[in-house]
Amino acid sequence: MSNDSSPRDRRSLIVLAWLWVGAPFAYGVYELVQKASRLFHG
Amino acid sequence: MSSPPVAPTGWSRWLVPPAALSVHLAIGQAYAWSVFKPPLESALHLDGTQSALPFQLAIVMLGLSAAFGGTLVERNGPRWAMTVALVCFSSGFLISALGAETEQYWLIVLGYGFVGGIGLGIGYISPVSTLIKWFPDRPGMATGIAIMGFGGGALIASPWSAQMLSSFGGDNDGIALAFLVHGLSYAVFMTLGVLLVRVPRPEDREKTASAPGAYEGVQVSARNAVRTPQFWCLWIVLCMNVTAGIGILEKAAPMITDFFADSSTPVSASAAAGFVALLSAANMAGRIGWSSTSDLIGRKNIYRVYLGVGALMYLLIAVLGDSSKPLFILCALVILSFYGGGFATVPAYLKDLFGTYEVGAIHGRLLTAWSLAGVLGPLIVNWIADHQKDAGKHGPALYTLSFGIMIGLLVIGFVANELVRPVHTRFHVPAPREAADVERQQSA
Repeated sequence: MSNDSSPRDRRSLIVLAWLWVGAPFAYGVYELVQKASRLFHG
Repeated sequence: MSSPPVAPTGWSRWLVPPAALSVHLAIGQAYAWSVFKPPLESALHLDGTQSALPFQLAIVMLGLSAAFGGTLVERNGPRWAMTVALVCFSSGFLISALGAETEQYWLIVLGYGFVGGIGLGIGYISPVSTLIKWFPDRPGMATGIAIMGFGGGALIASPWSAQMLSSFGGDNDGIALAFLVHGLSYAVFMTLGVLLVRVPRPEDREKTASAPGAYEGVQVSARNAVRTPQFWCLWIVLCMNVTAGIGILEKAAPMITDFFADSSTPVSASAAAGFVALLSAANMAGRIGWSSTSDLIGRKNIYRVYLGVGALMYLLIAVLGDSSKPLFILCALVILSFYGGGFATVPAYLKDLFGTYEVGAIHGRLLTAWSLAGVLGPLIVNWIADHQKDAGKHGPALYTLSFGIMIGLLVIGFVANELVRPVHTRFHVPAPREAADVERQQSA
């Protein structure tokens, strides 16, 4: 919805910002999946 | 006092959710406090009740600071709020590090519980109003992303903190070092939110407000909102929904073990831990999934599902739960997804009823329902299970009465949701033109 006058600059910032929060989140989800799988194999 | 940071031309609204997530993923660490309990107990010679104190105080402070700090957050904007959250949350860890190093436990309670707890409350509500203003067409999805982050914070912190403690050692020096690293790391991580967050320019708001699904008609101040029956109906809805979710979450591991203790396939301790992890995943998925769904089917309808279908799930567990493990697991997962969904959808529900004017402050006041539910849910389930055990019962019979009470609470919440009506015009903030007319009439 933004009036993007310099979309390229913003796009790289958007990717960087989402990676910043996405990487630790992915780590958390990976650990969770490992733990949750014990319900079926424990 | 600071003025809210207004977005420059061309600022993308997709930069606001990661800003919100950087705060919520950090403060969500609170639910991983249990990792620190065993080492603290052995290093500082504490019992279980004492080692829980910093977490309990932090949750109380979360509710209080969200309730009383909401208006300040609205007035000073999200950057101010995120800065306060960063300073308080990180300082809380640094004070705790000093406490662990000097073996002064009261410093850990003061640091993590009191100072850090203020960071939790201000941080929790800091992005809500801004997200709704950027995404008036999809407020459920926007706040769902942020509030999912609060659930996700514990998923990150739990293995990370455990790994750190095993590397640094579980003595007071190791704990102090772990607290120090937590404080510094979270300060850096949350800085992204402080730097990125922007409030939309009036032109941007006009554009997003005209998008399909967006409606910004009614505006009610926080002071007026708490005088409306709608606020208190929603307060009951949130309190009942959270109590019902905590009822399962609190005793998940012993519950699944007790339910299938006499079956041919009893549940091991390791499998029970896996069940708890799966519930966390459902809680998190519900936050983003159900909250986004509410943008399509409406807030009142989604709460009908949370409360009505939630009661049905409890009934199924109570009646048929011990006959089928998959059915028990499925029902518990659905209940936990509704628990998460209830948290994440409520800011959008508030926006529908009270507008965006002071929605963050109203949300803060509503979170007192969470504080009560946090006490009520565990109290009901633990107290009843203990009494049933004393009465010689075992297995599913330990929980039948609790489930009956949870169904009753969900029905009360369902009725409260049905009573929600549009807010009466006498509570509305006058639009600029109407305000000018009133002023003219008064001066005439």
